[in-house]
Amino acid sequence: MSATAVLRVDNLESYYGPIQAIRGVSLEVREGQLVTVLGANGAGKTTLLKTISGVMDPEKGTVKLEGTEIQGNEPDRIVARGMVHVPEGREIFPLLTVAENIAMGAYTRSDKAAINADEEMVYSYFPILKERMTQAAGTLSGGQQQMLAIGRGLMAKPHIMLLDEPSLGLSPLLTEEIFDIIRRLNTEQHVTMMLVEQNAAVALDVATYGYVMELGRIVMADEAATLAASKDVQEFYLGISQDENQRGQRRWKQRKTWR
Amino acid sequence: MDFVQLIVSGLANGCVYGLIALGFVLIYKATEAVNFAQGDFMMIGAFVCLGLTNADFMGLNFWLAVPLAMVIMAALGYLFDWGVLRHMFGQSQVSIVILTIALGFILRFAAGTIWSHEPVSLETPFAGQDLRFGGVVLGIDEIAIIVVTVVLTGSLFVFFSKTKLGVAMQAASQNQLAAYYMGIPVKRIQSLVWALSGAVAAVAGILFASKGAIDPSSGLLGIKAFAAAAIGGFGSLPGALVGGLIIGLVEPLSARFAPDGFAGIARIAPYAILLIVLIFRPGGIFSQTQKKKV
Ligand SMILES: Nc1ncnc2c1ncn2[C@@H]1O[C@H](COP(=O)(O)OP(=O)(O)OP(=O)(O)O)[C@@H](O)[C@H]1O
Ligand SMILES: [Mg+2]
Repeated sequence: MSATAVLRVDNLESYYGPIQAIRGVSLEVREGQLVTVLGANGAGKTTLLKTISGVMDPEKGTVKLEGTEIQGNEPDRIVARGMVHVPEGREIFPLLTVAENIAMGAYTRSDKAAINADEEMVYSYFPILKERMTQAAGTLSGGQQQMLAIGRGLMAKPHIMLLDEPSLGLSPLLTEEIFDIIRRLNTEQHVTMMLVEQNAAVALDVATYGYVMELGRIVMADEAATLAASKDVQEFYLGISQDENQRGQRRWKQRKTWR
Repeated sequence: MDFVQLIVSGLANGCVYGLIALGFVLIYKATEAVNFAQGDFMMIGAFVCLGLTNADFMGLNFWLAVPLAMVIMAALGYLFDWGVLRHMFGQSQVSIVILTIALGFILRFAAGTIWSHEPVSLETPFAGQDLRFGGVVLGIDEIAIIVVTVVLTGSLFVFFSKTKLGVAMQAASQNQLAAYYMGIPVKRIQSLVWALSGAVAAVAGILFASKGAIDPSSGLLGIKAFAAAAIGGFGSLPGALVGGLIIGLVEPLSARFAPDGFAGIARIAPYAILLIVLIFRPGGIFSQTQKKKV
């Protein structure tokens, strides 16, 4: 895999007033990859995504989207360049209909025919949204709102999508379903993904590469399978204690061979 | 038969209140700020049109002056948001409110300086003409006010529900952050809402001045429109219009049917209604149960 870097972050630092939330993060997401960033509450994952997508300005460092520096740009320019951020906690437009929410995802575009085709594409991945097209988005269930947020993001025709904790507040079954769709979007629609998660098990399952964040820094970076097998990740993020390790390893392998 | 005339003239007044209230609500929904100069925008809109069309001033054709006045007021609204409010980002609501109150004073002073403090009437092609249905005599100006308000409201409805920009304005007001994430230029959208509200104020002012005289303090009418917006629920566009109509109707009716010696009741009636609505439906008649995200 010698694909080019869609996203390249170098020595990024971000602050909330005097509080430094991102302390020199560097990472890379290559064409077609599904990269995950793991970390506990408050590790700085959301802040990292906000800084990358232009919602926050960094204090230092660079963000390169397909080779062009974009740090400090406004999100409308960044979205138009092909990067979209699906925020944490869904953040839909509650009083607009599902169809209007989807349409707003394409705000920066004007290619009518392609937009219509993409609407069909989104509805083919999330048929439930098509059924609920005329319903106010605020009346959707949590899982459906997450689907809407992802579908709306797709409407920007992104080369790379930043996903912030899509599993938040969802049942294990629905999490499984949504992650399956994320994986399919990655392989079928060629959307490069950067996925932030606390749910390390599912995230490492779909991802090809992973970073682990602690207190605003990247502390580990490796192939997803390698991370999943590492003692630290198992203990702190997968909730497998050391004496259970043997069994845990086996269980992991077992799950892997199911696929 | 004068009862019908009373109703029509009340509705016509109510339309003007409703349009000013609409301006309040547009800006409140989009930016969470209350523009206390909305009434003065109305007044300036009237004076701008008057300045363009009255024979004493520029003497342009009325039908040219109206759209010009709307464009000028839209530009004024846009520039105020772009040039002043945008730099206040992150300041408390109180300072923004005070700023709009100050703007009101400036506008009143400017209008007095340019067009004098004497009441003036807008010269319209339909001034003083009547329509007769059987025994009922209705002023064309009042009919025009009602028709224009219906048409304007209809166009606004189509704009907000059918155009990309209109839906984006709604989106930005429902969830500013999400709009920002989706690449909707929220700041520009807010300036455009100010522009829209300026244009609506111009229409309100033109309608107001076509029916009677206008002077620089006419903008204080905005207080009644504010009550109208609150009656309607302050977050609802149809609510603002309905609130305006309620106040417009209650004023003449309460004056008419008040017991002898209580004719002054008409002046407090709007606020009495506001009080009653706020007690029984604190969110206004058209309150939407939706929490806004910042
Ligand atoms: N608006 C804010 N103002 C001040 N500090 C903030 C703000 N948002 C986040 N922080 C702080 O920045 C740090 C990183 O927060 P961030 O939201 O990026 O964490 P996270 O990894 O996304 O956590 P979670 O998994 O809970 O979503 C935390 O210490 C948090 O308290
Ligand atoms: Mg977070």
